[in-house]
Amino acid sequence: MLKAVLIPRRLVMIFIALGLLVLCFVYGRWDWLLVPKYQKLIATGVWNTVSLLIITMALGMAMAIPLGLAQAAGPWYLARPAQLFCGLIRGTPLLLQLFLLYYGVGSLFPGIPGIRESLFWPILRDAWYFAVFGLSLSVAGYEGEVMRGAFKGVPHGQLEAAKAMGMPRLTLFWRIWLPQALHRVLPTLGGETVLQMKATPLVAMITVTDIYAVSNRVRADTLIIYEPLLMLALVYLSITGCIVALFWWLERRIPTRTA
Amino acid sequence: MQSLGVLGASTLDLLAFAPPGWGATLLRGLWNSVLIAVGAYGLGLGIGVAGAYGKLYGSPWVKDLLAIYTTLVRAVPELILILILYFAVTDAVNQMIMAFGGGRIEINGVVAGIAVLGVVQGAYSTEVLRGAILAVPAGQIEAARAMGMPAGLLARRITLPLMLSYAIPGLANLWLTVTKDTALLAVVGFAELTQATRQAASTTKAFFTFYAAAGVLYLILSIASTFLFSRAEKWARRGQRRTGD
Repeated sequence: MLKAVLIPRRLVMIFIALGLLVLCFVYGRWDWLLVPKYQKLIATGVWNTVSLLIITMALGMAMAIPLGLAQAAGPWYLARPAQLFCGLIRGTPLLLQLFLLYYGVGSLFPGIPGIRESLFWPILRDAWYFAVFGLSLSVAGYEGEVMRGAFKGVPHGQLEAAKAMGMPRLTLFWRIWLPQALHRVLPTLGGETVLQMKATPLVAMITVTDIYAVSNRVRADTLIIYEPLLMLALVYLSITGCIVALFWWLERRIPTRTA
Repeated sequence: MQSLGVLGASTLDLLAFAPPGWGATLLRGLWNSVLIAVGAYGLGLGIGVAGAYGKLYGSPWVKDLLAIYTTLVRAVPELILILILYFAVTDAVNQMIMAFGGGRIEINGVVAGIAVLGVVQGAYSTEVLRGAILAVPAGQIEAARAMGMPAGLLARRITLPLMLSYAIPGLANLWLTVTKDTALLAVVGFAELTQATRQAASTTKAFFTFYAAAGVLYLILSIASTFLFSRAEKWARRGQRRTGD
């Protein structure tokens, strides 16, 4: 690993990259990073982005598994709606879906009599829940398609063997079918998680305070154009690094037979 | 009850083509979206072909620089890349013009959109095309080299046509991505479909109607292009043995 880096050509590149970073730091305006107000905002923003990513991936995958199963092996009255759902989600921009949910559906709620007094009103008014809902649906749509392929890709002999042993259908699903499908899908899932992370800044457009919204706030307050954007890029790069490392570790934990 | 009326038939009149309907505005937005998508896709393909060849056959320097380009672009959200590139590109162009003694100009939104999304698409196309070129049976390229075919002719006659059938599924995905990514240009205020919809919705307060209508337009676009790409894939696979024959 280290040997690959210590080639003269790569050393020159690293040197230039460090030089650029130092230039950015010396000639850029970074004083806003020292203001406690912004430090607090940045911490909140990063926390919101990361928790949004984790929550929506979990909820989305929980929906994607039945969606994939319905498309791979379900009867037509389950398979067709699942296909339609995945097509709808994958065929329209996420930004538009979020707008439709928050402004469109959200604007219909106040018309329902008595809803303002109900228990759910604080939830129905909060952009955060719309963001969680919208992003989870998006994960469900894309990952439902991925899971369809994964369920179909499990070798038929495995399922037949389980059936021949008299395994009940539910046990077969939990012990044989799902684990093997998830194993197959793990490399894809890493990439999909990065894609999902890259989709999270869109929630700023419906007033959720994620790290992107924070950088916009800083830019508006201080009239600095580039530096907050560079900080953003750095934050997202680090999150990507963490995701890639996590999935690398996960993949290594599961032994694979290589020919 | 007033907002329940938003769902009613009355708001459908707002989609009428002639003013006071907003149909024409939406369609103009769709046209802008398609224009940018086509331009960015073309630019991305150009960068992709060059990038794929660079990654496979380039000098070590070229390979490393391309690796940095594809990794960085694919790790940072498109929204942020669009903002950074949009400001950087407009700034750079203006600096150049001012250096030659001109005044500040406003960059055309379509051109800026195509440039920015094209650079983003280029990173993804590079990877798709690199994989596709690798999938071409090595014997075909070796045979062409053995016949003394020059590199340009080899690419045009052998590598590119043969890799097409492997590349089209990935390229189809990229096309669908770029049509949806045009929506992100709404953040820089460019009047593509999403921005036009937002304008129409906030003016008329018929949020649901307009966002649903825009959704239908995007869906039509993606269904039509899925159909066209499956035709293209069949065409690219002509002469290949089908599995199971």
